[in-house]
Amino acid sequence: MRRVIPWLLLVQTLPLWAAPPPVQERLLENGMKVIVKEDHRAPIAVTQVWYKVGASYEPRGITGISHALEHMMFKGTERHGPNQFSQIISEQGGQENAFTGDDYTAYFQTLASDRLAISFELEADRMRNLLLKQEEFAKEIKVVQEERRLRTEDKPKALTYEQFNAAAYRVSPYRNPVIGWMNDLDNMRVEDLREWYGRWYSPNNATLVVVGDVEPERIFQMAQLHFGKLKPSELKTLKPESEPTQLGEARIRVKAPAQQPYLLMGYKTPVVGREVKGDGEWEPYALEMLAAVLDGGGSARFARELVRGERVAVAASVDYEAFGRLPGMLTLDGIPAEGHNMAELEKALRQQVDRLKKEPVSEKEMERVRNQLLATKVYERDTVFYQAMRIGMMETIGLDWRLAENYVERMKQITPEQVMKAAQKYLNDDNLTVAELDPQPIKDKGFAKPLISGGRHGI
Amino acid sequence: MGSNRRMTRWLALICLALPIGNPWAAPKIESWNTENGAKVLFVPSPGLPMVDVRVVFDAGSARDDGKPGSAVLTNGLLTESAGKWSADEVAERMEAVGAELSNGAQRDMAWVALRSLTEKKVLDTALETLAAVLAEPRFERGDVERLRLTMLSSLKQEAESLANIGEKAFYETVYQGHPYASNPNGTPESVNGLTEEALKAFYRRYYVAANAVVAIVGDLSLDEAKDVARRALAGLPAGSKAIPLPEPAIPDKAVERRINHPSTQTHIFLGQPGMKRGDPDYFPLYVGNHILGGNGLVSILSEEVREKRGLSYSVSSHFMPMSQLGPFQITAQTQNSQADEAVRVMRDTLRRFMEEGPAEKELESAKRNISGGFPMQIASNGKIVQYLAMIGFYGLPLDYLDRLVPNVMEVTKEQIRDAFRRRLAPERFITITVGKSGDGKD
Repeated sequence: MRRVIPWLLLVQTLPLWAAPPPVQERLLENGMKVIVKEDHRAPIAVTQVWYKVGASYEPRGITGISHALEHMMFKGTERHGPNQFSQIISEQGGQENAFTGDDYTAYFQTLASDRLAISFELEADRMRNLLLKQEEFAKEIKVVQEERRLRTEDKPKALTYEQFNAAAYRVSPYRNPVIGWMNDLDNMRVEDLREWYGRWYSPNNATLVVVGDVEPERIFQMAQLHFGKLKPSELKTLKPESEPTQLGEARIRVKAPAQQPYLLMGYKTPVVGREVKGDGEWEPYALEMLAAVLDGGGSARFARELVRGERVAVAASVDYEAFGRLPGMLTLDGIPAEGHNMAELEKALRQQVDRLKKEPVSEKEMERVRNQLLATKVYERDTVFYQAMRIGMMETIGLDWRLAENYVERMKQITPEQVMKAAQKYLNDDNLTVAELDPQPIKDKGFAKPLISGGRHGI
Repeated sequence: MGSNRRMTRWLALICLALPIGNPWAAPKIESWNTENGAKVLFVPSPGLPMVDVRVVFDAGSARDDGKPGSAVLTNGLLTESAGKWSADEVAERMEAVGAELSNGAQRDMAWVALRSLTEKKVLDTALETLAAVLAEPRFERGDVERLRLTMLSSLKQEAESLANIGEKAFYETVYQGHPYASNPNGTPESVNGLTEEALKAFYRRYYVAANAVVAIVGDLSLDEAKDVARRALAGLPAGSKAIPLPEPAIPDKAVERRINHPSTQTHIFLGQPGMKRGDPDYFPLYVGNHILGGNGLVSILSEEVREKRGLSYSVSSHFMPMSQLGPFQITAQTQNSQADEAVRVMRDTLRRFMEEGPAEKELESAKRNISGGFPMQIASNGKIVQYLAMIGFYGLPLDYLDRLVPNVMEVTKEQIRDAFRRRLAPERFITITVGKSGDGKD
């Protein structure tokens, strides 16, 4: 039974805005799904095309290919030359880009809401007609490698995170970095990309999401006009690549030039709609609640007890994602405070976990989380981009977008006992991987004396 | 849904969010002063039952006065213990009603920002807490010592980041002798030397109503907004405005600093003092830079460095207008062995742009992008409140947003070429590189 608590009364007295704006969906004959959410606060709209492909779809040897292909999607079709996509959208005043994750690749444009036709036309064109020229690929793969150096190679914490995933997952494709291993990028060929493009880029593997100042029926017509003529592909199913049960704690040490140690701990956990069925359906929500109790702001346990109370950590956080294509991890991470070592930080984090298993979370803490969720649901509606992102992501990982809309309702039903049960079931040592960043000297000699070069590079 | 496995192609380019304008009607800004003398700017935004309140002070690190780290540490202490509440209670009060409190300090500005639902009980609690945070921070010894350690830890983090190392050296060299030169987070020595008394004195001098601007955007009537501003700042004494900062000198000769770091890439920073807010050359320089390297992947620098040569993932140029001349900077990152080539291409590209100015077609495209993109710039409360704070803080006219697009549309090719040639002196640029490409001399 749900408890009646003050914030609930608050909701019931709220006016019409509380009813979320209508969302409508349509399936085109070629299998492409179109989802439209009206939001008339500003005369703009965001268009996002989501493909069901990402790093977790990639076999060994070609890791990073989904992301590399995302880069190449800007390099031209028969009708539009390299980079012209960006130039055309830019001339329309649009903002555009793309992102790749484990479970999706998505392309977006934000435009004045009367200019969407141009983005539909361009997206439909590159869904089927990408050129993938060797000379463009040769340059772009260098850009991707620079991106990897920028994001990972020279960042000690990012390196640790990459090594951590590779150690934690024996089989699950989540073991590979989204950007790919450098050696795979070194050996990637444009033919690999052509094959990947042919396999995954088709209307029946895509979802179009539009959120903004639009009229849904008109969007469906426009979608039919531009995307409706594209031929569907026959999609091959993926092998499940399920992660076998972990049989004991795993630990790794990562040595990299750094100034600070860093600790990362991850417990294997379930996601909504996979493996846990029926009775266990609440478990991912209980884990979300657990994560928010530990790290849902300045009054949550980590900030209150580890950072301000014991002062064992300078920063500590929790990451968990209830929605994913495959089961993932709940991770804890932190940097020890001055005067404390990694062992002390790890002990403090483990004590936090133990406490969750032994005592139920207080009603006050749960209420705080629920009120935050409720407020966030309002704040999120300040931007169309995020609203579209939630819908697109749910749909692309194979869940119903309504699950995201119902998220707060589901969270409201979670009890302290369920949080405790979820902690007992999943936050166990046998299920745990620990990574420690072991800082190596940077040889910091301070800033060099200015080398006066008076116009050495004069121009 | 924040997962750090997510990979984006655009995160690195987000910093190009300079103000932009257009034919759509900009929101009408209401402005008044509170009784204790703080300037308030307000835009009503019905539709969502929420409000953003952003209080900015002329209390950035440019006011550190030989004690680097003062502004950041003082600002950090505001949201710890305040009024009758401990740090735990301040956080608890806000989060229990779903309100979000944030704060920070850069070189010019220090701020405290609140986002809350407008439901009366919620907003009352949030405002009462905000008022205490602004007017009654307790600067308790325990909080001071803990935040000091946090800052020392941030300094270590900066020292392992190529971008931070380079940025720090860039400001240090470009602004030698000027308040903009020092690192907002200070140095280990300066942070250890900050006394409670000095921090309290900093607070008393700069956190006063006359030195504050309040920006409010949300589902409120004008009267309600007036009430919000009054209550938020009720406890602040009137005080006086901070005195204007000195003008920075333009370096009289080129300086090159190569900083060794055991990295795979070299980060490159080129530049000099650029322009300020309200600058007479603001629009020619802004539009010109948009074409040169300010518009993400559609810019001359991106074309030359990334698209043609595959040298860098992210290359851009920007003017950062501040109270005084903020920096003009061109940046890129490339693997160590290509650093010299990248520097050469970056310099050649700028030189050609300064000689020839933009092509007519490039100028037209840029104007279309800026004017067509204006609705997106003011599409959310979160964006509008930032504009208001900026307009209020830098004393820009209240019709600034209305005039943006017309001002941009009037810029000519000749004005751009002329402004760039008058304002930039590449033969005297500061060049900073951080990476393993150092010549070993340091």
